Amino acid sequence: MALIELQDIFKTYHLGEVDVPVLKGISLRVELGELVALMGASGSGKSTLMNILGCLDHPTSGAYRLEGEEVSRFSSDGRALIRNRKIGFVFQSFNLLPRTTALDNVLMPLSYNHDHLPDREGRRRAVEMLERVGLADRMHHEPAQLSGGQQQRVAIARALINRPRLLFADEPTGNLDSQTSREILQMFQRLNREAGLTVILVTHDAGIAQYARRVVHISDGRLVPDGAGGAP
Amino acid sequence: MKNLYRTFRMALHALRRNVMRAILTTLGIIIGIAAVIAMMEIGSGSSAAIQATIASMGANILLVRPGTASSGGISSGAGSSMTLTPQDCEALLRECPALRGAAPVVRARTQVVHGSRNWVPFFVYGTTPQLLDVREWQIAAGEAFTERDVRNGSKVCLLGQTIVNNLFPNESPLGKEIRVKNVAFTVIGVLVPKGANMMGMDQDDVLLAPWTTIKYRVSGTSATVVNQSAGAAASQVNSLNQLYPSSATTLYPIPSATQAANTPLPVRFTNVDEIFAAANSAGEMPTAIAQITALLRERHRLRADEPDDFSIRDMTELTKAVTSIADLMTKLLLVVALISLVVGGVGIMNIMLVSVTERTHEIGLRMAVGARGRDILRQFLFEAVILCLAGGILGILGGELCSYLVTKFLRWPTLTSVTAIISAVVVSAGVGIVFGFYPAWKASRLDPIEALRYE
Repeated sequence: MALIELQDIFKTYHLGEVDVPVLKGISLRVELGELVALMGASGSGKSTLMNILGCLDHPTSGAYRLEGEEVSRFSSDGRALIRNRKIGFVFQSFNLLPRTTALDNVLMPLSYNHDHLPDREGRRRAVEMLERVGLADRMHHEPAQLSGGQQQRVAIARALINRPRLLFADEPTGNLDSQTSREILQMFQRLNREAGLTVILVTHDAGIAQYARRVVHISDGRLVPDGAGGAP
Repeated sequence: MKNLYRTFRMALHALRRNVMRAILTTLGIIIGIAAVIAMMEIGSGSSAAIQATIASMGANILLVRPGTASSGGISSGAGSSMTLTPQDCEALLRECPALRGAAPVVRARTQVVHGSRNWVPFFVYGTTPQLLDVREWQIAAGEAFTERDVRNGSKVCLLGQTIVNNLFPNESPLGKEIRVKNVAFTVIGVLVPKGANMMGMDQDDVLLAPWTTIKYRVSGTSATVVNQSAGAAASQVNSLNQLYPSSATTLYPIPSATQAANTPLPVRFTNVDEIFAAANSAGEMPTAIAQITALLRERHRLRADEPDDFSIRDMTELTKAVTSIADLMTKLLLVVALISLVVGGVGIMNIMLVSVTERTHEIGLRMAVGARGRDILRQFLFEAVILCLAGGILGILGGELCSYLVTKFLRWPTLTSVTAIISAVVVSAGVGIVFGFYPAWKASRLDPIEALRYE
């Protein structure tokens, strides 16, 4: 069973009278444990696709099965639950809570987890995650006291706290220098390899896509068949 | 429960992240609640003072008078039967918890003489020292007579200002002697002026003495309206009295000593003309009336089907004034309190709205990691309620301080009101929920994608 199964996904935005089709029939399979790069120029629909994949949005039509569960018709509360349980997000701009320690930032998603871990267990897990991203000594620092790379690593730890199967990284290195970018991308590779985490990198940069084992190109709302599309 | 605690901690955490904003938000509520508390306390203090002032005009005074005597269908008018006793008055004091005080009154109307001057006071009252308390009448100079004077029938009296002006134009009356129907009284005190009562009668035209003295030494009967001294004088001097000689003849033969011994008459009890009673407050008037009625009916051994042999009068007009003033003050305070709370609440809403806009990004993030709309709603609502409650508590302290300062430096009466404090806490939490709801609802309705993209 594939982790992600998209079938004929359409997404159309209604801007007043005009219908703007953004995704025009996308079908995609991602297996458990893959490291996929989703590439496309801006305006190609890759952000929309990522939002649908990440259960932030629902498609206009088509089927989306996540671990065999049809999620495309879920209510917003249902999608929130899926996001909390199964999906981690890493953003370009880190999105850490200001004036909050790294540890508390990592703990934040747990407060929306309905399993209600005991506080001590939650803390233990957060510390473990921070150790995994190499920030054991920065646990009580606030974002303003951390470098960009460190902030992004806190964000990764936060994305992993609920032990998701699937990690989305939306231009994760867009705000980082090349050296730090490399470290972050290597970390994704390591997580993918060691923990069997499925990672989807969303990027417009072919250099980053190199780190992925599989590259999916999207252009004008359609997937470009593997091998056919090259660099834009 | 666990969930609520979590949300509470989260809200507290979010507030700690922006202490300055939290303080500014709370300031609105602090000022609102402090204003409410201070207004309530200063207001209820003033209200109590005003009510006490009006009450001293006699708003909570009850006048118990004997019932009507009638003979052969001819009524003798109110207060003409002789059913009230001094013991009734003592029983009232003892057994009616709604009464603050009660004093019997024996009235007389007679001439008062000092030196070459004379005067007929409107009120010559024989009473107990309690009357001063019941009528809230202070002594301007000298002192009041005592219970002991009442027991002894001492010949001492207190004078109202009008009598003092007429008998002692240029001297102090204290220690002087006046003659009331040829009985010499020592003036031991002067009452403060009270002015006219509501009927326009001069209340200062009064002589107060122990009721025993008036009863046994001066009036002897309870004929209340006749100028007895003038009558007595007339019978001796004025020959016009002899116009109707038959008036002197007795209709019945005077019983001899033997006859009197054979048909003993029951011993006549001492009666008083009326009893002044004061209820604890204007509000307790109905209770006081009910208690007096029950007690007097029992003491007078009236059967259930018999009418009362006494009547109770209250100062309805004054009582109404007191009640309406109390009512008015309460409403005024309520309006002021509501206005200040609304102002504080709008302040909270304002800042919460700004806070939602400012934290759109954070809300988007929280939603991305799995917060549902209702989680966000609850978090923001909690923040608002925490702010309001904190503001409420600080506001109570501020308000108490305020009213303390007002009492200390302006000498304005204030009354600590527990109701105001409790309602302030409840209301501040309510304000937090009501005015925090809209921003929280707005936050919960954000689309996570839009919110994340928002800069």
